Amino acid sequence: MSMITLTIDGVQVSVPAGSTVLEAAKAAGIHIPTLCYMKGLNEIGACRLCVVDTGARALQAACVLPVSEGMNVKTNTPAVRNARKMNLELLLSNHDKKCLSCVRSTNCELQKLCNEYGVEDENRYAGSMTETHIDDKSPIVRNNAKCVLCRRCVAVCSKVQHVGVIGPIKRGFNTQIACAWGDPLADTACINCGQCIAVCPTGALTERDDTDKVYAAIADPTKHVVVQPAPAVRAALGEEFGIPMGTSVTGKMACALRRLGFDKVFDTDFAADLTIMEEANELIDRVKNGGVLPMITSCSPGWIKFCEHQYPDFLPNLSSCKSPHEMEGAVIKSYYAEKAGIDPKDIVVVSVMPCTAKKFEAARPELGHDGMADVDIVITTRELARMIKKSGIDFASLPEEDFDEMLGDSTGAAVIFGVTGGVMEAALRTAYEAITGKKLEKLEFMDVRGLEGVKEASYNLNGLDLKVAVAHSTGAAAKLLDAVRSGEKSYTFIEIMGCPGGCVNGGGQPIVSPAEREKHDPRVLRAQAIYAEDAAKSVRKSHENPSIMKLYDEYFEKPNSHKAHELLHTHYTARPKYK
Amino acid sequence: MFMAEKRDKYLQLDEVIQQNKGKRGAVMMTLQAAQNIFEHVPRDVQVRIAEGLEVPLSEVYGVATFYSQFSLEPRGKYVIGVCLGTACYVKGSKNILERLAKELDVKVGSTTKDGRFTLRDTRCLGACGLAPVIMINDDVYGRLVPDDIPAIIEKYRAM
Repeated sequence: MSMITLTIDGVQVSVPAGSTVLEAAKAAGIHIPTLCYMKGLNEIGACRLCVVDTGARALQAACVLPVSEGMNVKTNTPAVRNARKMNLELLLSNHDKKCLSCVRSTNCELQKLCNEYGVEDENRYAGSMTETHIDDKSPIVRNNAKCVLCRRCVAVCSKVQHVGVIGPIKRGFNTQIACAWGDPLADTACINCGQCIAVCPTGALTERDDTDKVYAAIADPTKHVVVQPAPAVRAALGEEFGIPMGTSVTGKMACALRRLGFDKVFDTDFAADLTIMEEANELIDRVKNGGVLPMITSCSPGWIKFCEHQYPDFLPNLSSCKSPHEMEGAVIKSYYAEKAGIDPKDIVVVSVMPCTAKKFEAARPELGHDGMADVDIVITTRELARMIKKSGIDFASLPEEDFDEMLGDSTGAAVIFGVTGGVMEAALRTAYEAITGKKLEKLEFMDVRGLEGVKEASYNLNGLDLKVAVAHSTGAAAKLLDAVRSGEKSYTFIEIMGCPGGCVNGGGQPIVSPAEREKHDPRVLRAQAIYAEDAAKSVRKSHENPSIMKLYDEYFEKPNSHKAHELLHTHYTARPKYK
Repeated sequence: MFMAEKRDKYLQLDEVIQQNKGKRGAVMMTLQAAQNIFEHVPRDVQVRIAEGLEVPLSEVYGVATFYSQFSLEPRGKYVIGVCLGTACYVKGSKNILERLAKELDVKVGSTTKDGRFTLRDTRCLGACGLAPVIMINDDVYGRLVPDDIPAIIEKYRAM
C-alpha cells in the first residue's frame, strides 16, 4: 500500500493513500471536532465543523478531504477556530434552544461543541426559522426544530437497517429530515428500532417519554405495580451514573427499582428462560415433524416489524413464541395473580427495556388476553435512569439487592439474550441436552458469539444436523434472508436481532456518540459484562432454572402445552411497505 | 378511454424503470421521464418508481422535492411564474407574488381548486429590463404593480 506523508500542526504523519485528513489527524493524535461524521457511514462534509486550513483559498472539511503528499494542514488557527464558531452560531440560528428542558442536555453534541468553542451569543444570527412540527404518533418522536441536518439518522436507517423511511426533503432553508410525503413515522415501514435516536447528536430524535404513566401507577394505591428489566439493561444502566462502560449493575438496579416504589421487582431474565423452554421445544418439534424451517427467533420487535413489512413470506418461519417480557407479563397476570390472590385487572406491568420497539410491541392487540395487555407500560434504559435521577436516588452508592422470588430467578442462559448470538446459544444449551439426553460439558458456543454481521455454525446432535445462523441489524438480516430465499443458503434455525450487536446496543440504551464509539465500542464492552454475568451464575441452562420447573409443574404442565400456547405464543401480520 | 390512457402511461413508466434500474442517477432519470409522461409525479407514481428501482420512497420523494422541475400536484391550465431574481425582487416582485396568492386564494407552489392556475416563484427569467416580471404560460408581463394583477387574472379566467 502506498503511503502519503503530510504535516498536521507541525506533526509529520504517514498514512495510506486515500485516507482523509481527519483520519490522518487521528493517526497523529490531533483532535478535529466533528458533528455529522460517522466513520464509514456518513462522511459527507455537511456540518463544516471539521474545517481545516490547507493553504487553499478556502477552509476545507477534513472528513472528506483526501491527503496528498507534502500537504501542510493547520487545524488550530484563529481563522479555523472562528469559522467553526461561526458555523455553530449559524446552526443555532435555526435551532430550538430549549436546552434546560431537553432530555439530551449534558450529552448533546451541539451543546458540547458550542461550549468548547465559546459561543457566547446564541442568537447572533437570529432571524426566521424553518417551519417544523413534532411527529409523536409513534414511539420515536421527531422534533425537527432541534435537527442539525447531519443525516446520521438517515445513514443508519438506510445503510445499517435497510429500512430507509427518513431522508432529506425539499431544499435549502426548507430542507428537513422527514418521511416521504411528510407522513408520520407511524404510517411508514419504520420498525421503531431507535437506532436513529442512538446516533442523533441532539434532541431531534427521542423516545416517547412514558415515565409519567409509571409515576401515576405507582402513586395509585389501587394498583399493584410490577416491574421487569430486560437482560441488556443491567449491562448499560450504570453508564448514566458515571460507572464505567462494561460494568454490570444488576444488584443496584434491583435496589433502585424497589426504592422507586414498585411493589414487585421481577426479572425479564426469568421469562428469557421460559422463552428458551418454549422455543427450543418448538424447534425440536418443527425438525421432527416437518414444520416450517428455518425457524427464526421472535424476541426482537424491531426485527418482527421489519419481517412483517419487508419479508412477509418469512412470517411462517417466525417462532410463535412471544418475546420474553411479553411472556413475563402474561405469567404475571395469570400465574402470579392467582398465587398472590390479586385481580389481574389491578396489576400494572412495567417493562424496562434497552429498546424503543418494545413500546410498539406492548401495544399490539394480539399480545394480551381477557382484554388486558400483557405489558402495560414500557420505558427505556434511559427513561429509567431519568426516573432514578428525578427521585434523588444516589445510584452509584446503592447496595446490591436480589430480584423478588417466583418470577425473578434466572440462569446464565437468560442473561446472554442481551447480546447477539445469545438466544441461539441459550437455545443450543437446552436443545443439546433435550436431543442427546447427555449433559453438555462445554457451555460456550463461541461460533455464534462476536460482532460479525452474519455468523454461521453447524452441529450434529445425535445424528440430527442443526445448521444455524445469527444476524444482527435488520440490514444484515435482509442479506441473510435474501440468501435463504434464493436457495443459496439453508439453515435449521436462525437468530435475528434488529439492532447491531443485539440488545446491548438497542435503541433505548444510554447514548454513546460516534466519536466515543471509535474509542470504545459499547457492543463489545456491554457484551463482556453480559458474558461475565453468565459465567458467574451457578445455573447456566434454562431448563435447570428451579422456578421454571416449578412453573411448568404447577401451571403450564409442559412446554408448548395448550395453556402455554394460549398465554405464551402469538401470531404475526403482513404489513405493506408503502401505504 | 381514461383507464386505457392511464394504463398506457404506467406501461411507459415501467419501461423507463426497467431501462434505468441499477444505473447511477436512476431516480433522477426516472422521475424526469415520469414528469414528462404524467405531467406531475403523484404519490402512486413515486411508489411505483421506488418499488421498481428498489430504492426507498423517502429517496424518491427527496429528489422530487429538491428540484423545482418536478411537480407533486397536477399543474393548472395556466402556470404563473413570478420572478424573484435580484432585479425583480428589488423592484417589488414579492408584493406581486403576495397579491397573486391573495387574488387566487392559493399558496405559492400550489394549484387553485378549480385547476385553472398554478402559482410558483421562479429564478431569474432573463427579462430584468422589464422588472418586476411574471410569466403566464408563455406570456410575459413586465413593469407590474400589484394593482395590475386583478385585470390580468380576469383575462385568463375568461379564456
